[in-house]
Amino acid sequence: MAYSDKVLDHYENPRNVGTLDKNDPHVGTGMVGAPACGDVMKLQIKVNDSGIIEDAKFKTYGCGSAIASSSLVTEWLKGKSLDEAAQIKNSAIAEELALPPVKIHCSVLAEDAIKAAVADLKAKQTDKEVA
Amino acid sequence: MTVKTPIYLDYSATTPVDARVAEKMIPYLTEHFGNPASRSHSFGWVAEKAVENAREEVAKLVNADPREIIWTSGATESNNLAIKGAAHFYSGKGKHIITVQTEHKAVIDPVRELERLGFEATFLQPEPNGLLDLEKFKAAIRPDTVLASVMLVNNEIGVIQDIEAIGNLCREHGIIFHVDSAQATGKVAIDLEKLPVDLMSFSAHKTYGPKGIGALYVRRKPRVRLEAQMHGGGHERGLRSGTLATHQIVGMGEAFRIAREEMELENARIRRLRDRLLSGLQDIEEVYVNGDLKQRVPHNLNISFNFVEGESLIMAVKDIAVSSGSACTSASLEPSYVLRALGRSDELAHSSIRFSIGRFTTEEDIDYTVALMKSKIGKLRELSPLWEMHLEGIDLSKVEWAAH
Amino acid sequence: MNGTDIYFDHNATTALDAGVLETMLPFMTQQHGNPTSRHSFGRHTRSAIERAREQVADAVNAHPSQVIFTSGGTETNNLAITGIASCYGVSQIVTSAIEHPCVHRPALAMKQRGWKHALLGVDQNGTVKTALLNTLLNTETSVVSVMLANNETGVIQPVTELAEIARRHGTTLHTDAVQALGKVRVDFAELNVHAMTLSSHKINGPQGAGALILDKRIDIQPIIHGGGQERGLRSGTENVAAIVGFGAACELIQARLSQQDAHIRPLREHLENGLNRLGAVVFGTSIERLPNTSFFAFNEIDGETLVMALDRKGFAVASGSACSSDSSEPSSVLLAMGVEPDLAKGAIRVSLGIDNSREQIDAFLAVLEQEITRLRQLTAIAV
Repeated sequence: MAYSDKVLDHYENPRNVGTLDKNDPHVGTGMVGAPACGDVMKLQIKVNDSGIIEDAKFKTYGCGSAIASSSLVTEWLKGKSLDEAAQIKNSAIAEELALPPVKIHCSVLAEDAIKAAVADLKAKQTDKEVA
Repeated sequence: MTVKTPIYLDYSATTPVDARVAEKMIPYLTEHFGNPASRSHSFGWVAEKAVENAREEVAKLVNADPREIIWTSGATESNNLAIKGAAHFYSGKGKHIITVQTEHKAVIDPVRELERLGFEATFLQPEPNGLLDLEKFKAAIRPDTVLASVMLVNNEIGVIQDIEAIGNLCREHGIIFHVDSAQATGKVAIDLEKLPVDLMSFSAHKTYGPKGIGALYVRRKPRVRLEAQMHGGGHERGLRSGTLATHQIVGMGEAFRIAREEMELENARIRRLRDRLLSGLQDIEEVYVNGDLKQRVPHNLNISFNFVEGESLIMAVKDIAVSSGSACTSASLEPSYVLRALGRSDELAHSSIRFSIGRFTTEEDIDYTVALMKSKIGKLRELSPLWEMHLEGIDLSKVEWAAH
Repeated sequence: MNGTDIYFDHNATTALDAGVLETMLPFMTQQHGNPTSRHSFGRHTRSAIERAREQVADAVNAHPSQVIFTSGGTETNNLAITGIASCYGVSQIVTSAIEHPCVHRPALAMKQRGWKHALLGVDQNGTVKTALLNTLLNTETSVVSVMLANNETGVIQPVTELAEIARRHGTTLHTDAVQALGKVRVDFAELNVHAMTLSSHKINGPQGAGALILDKRIDIQPIIHGGGQERGLRSGTENVAAIVGFGAACELIQARLSQQDAHIRPLREHLENGLNRLGAVVFGTSIERLPNTSFFAFNEIDGETLVMALDRKGFAVASGSACSSDSSEPSSVLLAMGVEPDLAKGAIRVSLGIDNSREQIDAFLAVLEQEITRLRQLTAIAV
């Protein structure tokens, strides 16, 4: 399968690989996919007090396109508000990485991971307010 | 390191033609170009003589009579001819066939084709080590069983089936026994005078011969009959028509001669390389050897790397030419059906690599491969959330994964 | 064999062209990957096969996607007849009376399995009776197979017309173009057939490669299963070197067809003038033939004996076709044309190639005259 240069770049030099403390109230964690399907993506975001994402980390079990999709979104997420982050569409990821049709699901997975991380963070913040 | 990449470790897919073989072939591509079926002139006779010499070499490697060797275009055709030819010929006695789930597609697909034509087939599941349980084979035998097909050496995991024991069971029950030996020649000794085998398929290009040529052994005593699958000029005693590619036959003969003469030394050398590869890779945590390690040719090492995804693994190891346990279809990765038959999970099947070692593999190639695998597996695991969870002591089989 | 041997049996097989061998050599040695493998070794051989596919398609004005590689002409004809007829269930197969055994015998094998088989006869020139096809065809006909040029007489068959008739009846026309390729222009689109057989070793390519050119709308079942190569229609690891050579040979014949024709046609005329002088009966002369083929016989001379005598003098010719030369049956093609069995039994085929010369023809005619005289004397004594 032919990969685009951008996919290869992210695959060879993935950005923002790592793990944030998932118990930190400023950290939202999203984990999507399943090993049996061949993709598991874990995406974490950390917001500052003004609600802007100041750090993002990922780990991905999956093909080159899945790794590149998650690596790319960690770059895009930094500096965005949670609402802006939730606006990132899979089509933009697919376009940026020139994903072939059979790999579009990787970008969908990345979008789902962002949504899951944002939801996790929002849930934590709501809990905090309630408390 | 001074090794030339990519390093070829895919000898089970195909082997390079040995230079000695190529040299033998060239004259039959140039001055001796006759059609071996031309009986009216010396161009034809020279070709015919070369064909018969090659037939003798092939027969010698497996201790058969040259008259028992039929040329074909390759092991796939040999398997088709043996299975369909015998099933049809003996269909009056019964229409049940026994084979194994881990056979090559060139056996499985003809059997499936026969099923469409009204035959019944039992596909036996091997044990988790890839070997067939004889009791299960015995239990599968029915009064209407006419044919059994079991490969000698498996192409993906290299395990060696107990052909002698299976053949004896077939003899007892009057079942025609076919053995696919495409992966076996030059790797294990074959003595057809002793082995209770009726039909055996061979390939040249897995044994340092050219592509496009193979052979089928058809036992004479007791005589095994076949219905021809390719009709025409009546070549090969009517069992396989078509002009014979003289240079390719000559190449197969020479390749099998070399195999006979050098097998013992070569296997010892390859075993040392395999052991070196295995011990290097076993430094990595969570690796699993697929298939029995003892009853196996030394040329094959099939290993699953846990917590690493198959396709990214293939991308990571492009400096070595290996085969992976997942066949890439256009839309998705499909795990190897052989590893699935052994009971491996999809994830482990996906993350498997078949290293196959051959005549031109060096110690440097092996060392490079071990170093590459260590570094790439390390890198991919660093990226893997599953590896992280494993290190945290989480049992992945207990995790409820979000539906996707 | 010695250095003075002269090869006049180009319809049986041809010598591999030196340039073709050049292109093959890397694939016999360094470029050894299995085309199914996804690593670079495999990708190299895969792209070489696809290049050859284009060359073969180009040579016969077909699309590369219509090319299915096989191990040779025999396999291809078996695939065409068995593969198409099987798709229709029990049905009728029509073949001409002068087909090569590798068309005729698969049809007979299908007949044994319950299919029907009808023979399309030929006239005294060896041309199939076109009008007869109309009466043979019925709604049950699945495939009609008529060769483009006969291997023994070289007579060119009215395939375009036959294809037209087959299409009108909604059936499939297959043509075995093995002998025609490289000797006359072969145009798949213009012939308007559904399927066509080609072989490499008759066109100075290597043995071990052939192709079926197939209109993709035609249903066909494989005869070799397992592995799914060639879109599932022909399983088995591709014979890369032979396929590459076949492609190169196809490119070669395109480049040299007219030049070759200009060389060979006068040679045959020269030969046949000589044969007429010696009193030979030459078959199919009043009809369009391949420019290289001459099929002839002498009354009261045993062909087998003459062929052996010619071989001792260094001339390689054929009696009937190579494949059936094991048997001393008279040529079935000549019998179908209504030639007397005694005369047919003695038939000799000379098939010329680009490497033959006028001097070789002269030498051949001289030896032939001697041998005929000698054999006639022997017969006279015997009588």
